[in-house]
Amino acid sequence: MDFKEELLDKYEAVIGLEVHIQLNTKTKAYSSDRYKYGDSPNSDVSVISLGHPGTLPRFNKQVMNYAVKLGVALDCEITEKMNFARKNYFYPDLPKGYQITQDLTPICTGGAVKIKDEKGNDKLVHLTRIHWEEDAGKSIHDLDPFNTLVDLNRAGVPLLEIVSEPEIKSSEEAYNYLYEVRKLVRYLEICNGNMEEGSLRCDANISVMPKGSDTFGTKVEVKNMNSMRNVQKAIEFEIRRQIIANETGEEIKQETRAYDALNNRTLSMRSKESDNDYRYFPEPDLPIIRVSQEYVSEVKETMPPLPDQLYRKFTEELKLSDYDSKILTDSKEVALYFEELIQHNTNYKSCANWLIGDIKSYLNDKAIELEEFPVKPEAIAELVRIIDEGKVSNSVASQKIFPLIVENPEKSALKIAEENNLVQDSDEDSIKDYILQVFENNPSEVERYKGGEKQLVGFFMGQLMKVSGGKADPKSANKLIRELLEQ
Amino acid sequence: MVENSSFSSQKELFDKGTLSVEECVNSFLNKINERNNLNAFLEVYSEEAIRRAKEIDQKIKAGNQGRLAGMVIGLKDNIAFKGHKFSASSKILEGFESQFSATAVERLLNEDAIIIGRLNCDEFAMGSSNENSAYGPVSNHLNEDYVPGGSSGGSTVAVGAGMCHVALGSDTGGSIRQPASFTGTVGFKPTYGRISRYGLIAYASSFDQIGPFSNSIEDAALVSEIMMGKDEFDSTLSNKEVPNLSDLNTHSVKRIAYIKEIFEDDGLDQEIKNQCNQLIEKLKSEGFEVEEVSFPYLDKLVPAYYVLTTAEASSNLSRFDGVHYGHQSKNAEGIDEIYKLSRSEGFGPEVKRRIMTGTFVLSHGFYDAYYSQGQKVRRVIRDKTNEIFQSYDMIIGPTTPTTAFKKNAVKDPITMYLQDIYTVHSNLSGNPSISIPFKNHSENNMPYGIQLMADHFEEKDLLAFSKYLSTIID
Repeated sequence: MDFKEELLDKYEAVIGLEVHIQLNTKTKAYSSDRYKYGDSPNSDVSVISLGHPGTLPRFNKQVMNYAVKLGVALDCEITEKMNFARKNYFYPDLPKGYQITQDLTPICTGGAVKIKDEKGNDKLVHLTRIHWEEDAGKSIHDLDPFNTLVDLNRAGVPLLEIVSEPEIKSSEEAYNYLYEVRKLVRYLEICNGNMEEGSLRCDANISVMPKGSDTFGTKVEVKNMNSMRNVQKAIEFEIRRQIIANETGEEIKQETRAYDALNNRTLSMRSKESDNDYRYFPEPDLPIIRVSQEYVSEVKETMPPLPDQLYRKFTEELKLSDYDSKILTDSKEVALYFEELIQHNTNYKSCANWLIGDIKSYLNDKAIELEEFPVKPEAIAELVRIIDEGKVSNSVASQKIFPLIVENPEKSALKIAEENNLVQDSDEDSIKDYILQVFENNPSEVERYKGGEKQLVGFFMGQLMKVSGGKADPKSANKLIRELLEQ
Repeated sequence: MVENSSFSSQKELFDKGTLSVEECVNSFLNKINERNNLNAFLEVYSEEAIRRAKEIDQKIKAGNQGRLAGMVIGLKDNIAFKGHKFSASSKILEGFESQFSATAVERLLNEDAIIIGRLNCDEFAMGSSNENSAYGPVSNHLNEDYVPGGSSGGSTVAVGAGMCHVALGSDTGGSIRQPASFTGTVGFKPTYGRISRYGLIAYASSFDQIGPFSNSIEDAALVSEIMMGKDEFDSTLSNKEVPNLSDLNTHSVKRIAYIKEIFEDDGLDQEIKNQCNQLIEKLKSEGFEVEEVSFPYLDKLVPAYYVLTTAEASSNLSRFDGVHYGHQSKNAEGIDEIYKLSRSEGFGPEVKRRIMTGTFVLSHGFYDAYYSQGQKVRRVIRDKTNEIFQSYDMIIGPTTPTTAFKKNAVKDPITMYLQDIYTVHSNLSGNPSISIPFKNHSENNMPYGIQLMADHFEEKDLLAFSKYLSTIID
């Protein structure tokens, strides 16, 4: 049966996401090994991460700090007394034969991620839990034709798994959810959020049911999606596959499916019956950890600004548009640049325009990040100031001064304007001279204006800019032209 | 060289220069060679030990030697020593060498101890007779028809037969104290969390504890004091300060308990019971308050112990999978076969039995009935034991229900497990406990020990009182 779009109206999708974020802590979760993506295979290891006989895990306090930060940012409840658990299964990239994770006492419970729903309205996706665990190594199946190779660099790298309630209704919401989570972990600087490198991973639990039904359909878990777009596409595919199955009376099996990005489809990986019995039990090598209220308060006090807070500040306090505020808070670097910019100049709208406009397009042209942009926020603030003071026009600032500032980031905007003879004349007498010169050169236009063609002001302005070399302050010039013509 | 010599009795000779460390090592090497048939050592580090002895003799001459200069130590083959083979007496670790030393070993080496070799034991410390080693059984040096006990059989025989001053063992359910009892040595298990487990191959992590075998309580106290204390590599370790254990002259023991159910146990040998009773009377006459307490959980100890330890073991031994190191089956094709064949070939029958038991008790549907239940029993035992120590300073009793038995005599696993009935108590509760030589049995002339247990972290009293007790045992 072919899928018809109108079937989407008949069904409701129920989606829960499990997002793994790989923490960029200095050392691994239970050893002092460092880890860097791309290091040569099996170089970021020690006897502990290799699981040699006699080794024991060591508790990494930084992981705790990161987990509490994330929990605080998402408004979760932080578990006061928690322990670790072993999840037992055999796999070549799991050197101990078990993963140290959390079972009954995840570090965070509750909380929510604020996303935009399909109509653009705010929606809270609630969280079941966030727990702490360690990553496995990597099995590489495609480098050697006969053997699977194992790289244990990643083994023991700390992960936080964020489990959402099944409150996501569409692939677009899933995308928005991931977008918000990625933005947040980048703001918190606990994870680089890179899905291609596997620093952020997502599994989706998907089911469909007829609209209005109160019984959930059979849940299918989809894995192996290595970009946000793929998550969206995999969910779209899976929803359609399940709707077709419902329509044709085919049974939906409770199973794990893998997304095949090449053919944009999901394929059965394993059924739930063949799932391992993980035999969770309390990890005897690590003590019970107590997270004190004081510790949580300390973390709260040292929290960096969060995108949602900044968004509210920009829209409510600074009266910027939703659009501008969204762009300004999309990345922490931009938001912090803006925050510094407005320390030096309170023309928020102009500052925002400069950042979103000229600076962003410069970065795009050069294909660089804001961190690499050489001009300090103070210099941009000064540029905005001399425009506001009428010393230079917007267009001169944008076309002539800005490129010069980028080349001489240490020089002040005003100095550059002066050196290049770009400071505009707002002195009425000298502007008047230029205007009279324009009138003299264009007598017939003067007559036509007087005959009622008022739109010729624009023409005179253009001529004025020509004769003055762009230095006439447009505001006062405009006023003066009208006055002189009306006399 | 005197047989069964202790380091404490020889230290003065080393310091004075009457006996060189090199001479001492050579005499131990001769003894090891002479009694090779006991199968106590899996490997002897002869050259290395002699080389180190020479260095330490120089240090003694220069007067800058450590506290253990001259002490010769054997290691149970489940305690890591960098650059040396490391097998837990199992074929599954065939060819494996440790890349690091256990914290306990590092601390001994820092005080100039000499490691003379690695010692046979039950495979992965699972056994009570040292008949489960992949490298053959160890014989009791006092009568070679008899087992030395287990799992640290090689360790106790090495010390008892005079092949080294001290040997390290590990005690998960009695693996130090029971062999000590069977061979007439001192076997000491400190409080759980006193000596770092880093470098000890885990059998049951929440029970395992490293401890010494020795021919004197002084030696046990000295090496324990050096091994104990905080270690960043073991998060379960206590931060409690280590007292000066070597000072054995004073103890504060006044009230002593003995457990009624042990003395009423049908399995307890009549003669051992009588001797224990006489000792109790003697203590009373020496002015101690010795009283019977009821501990109605004796029949729960061994079942709870086996449920919990096998559960942990099933997980701890998962890393021996034939993929990363050790034995890998030559016949395996594909990953599933590597696991199945390597483990089937590499592990012995007792280890397999415990892995299967542990896997079962943790399985979906059985967890609550077994593992959770076991944990509950453990909590009750811990609470009840703490309660006893609120009124008493020490618990006294026999270490084992019988003396050593003959090799191949015990074939039923359950009967074998019951060997640990008096020793598992302190592993379930975490208390420190010691077995010191008591008497020889009139029937077979084999020794048996007396066991003392103290409150958590009260090792100082435990050792000092043991010293005192050894002086009143005739």
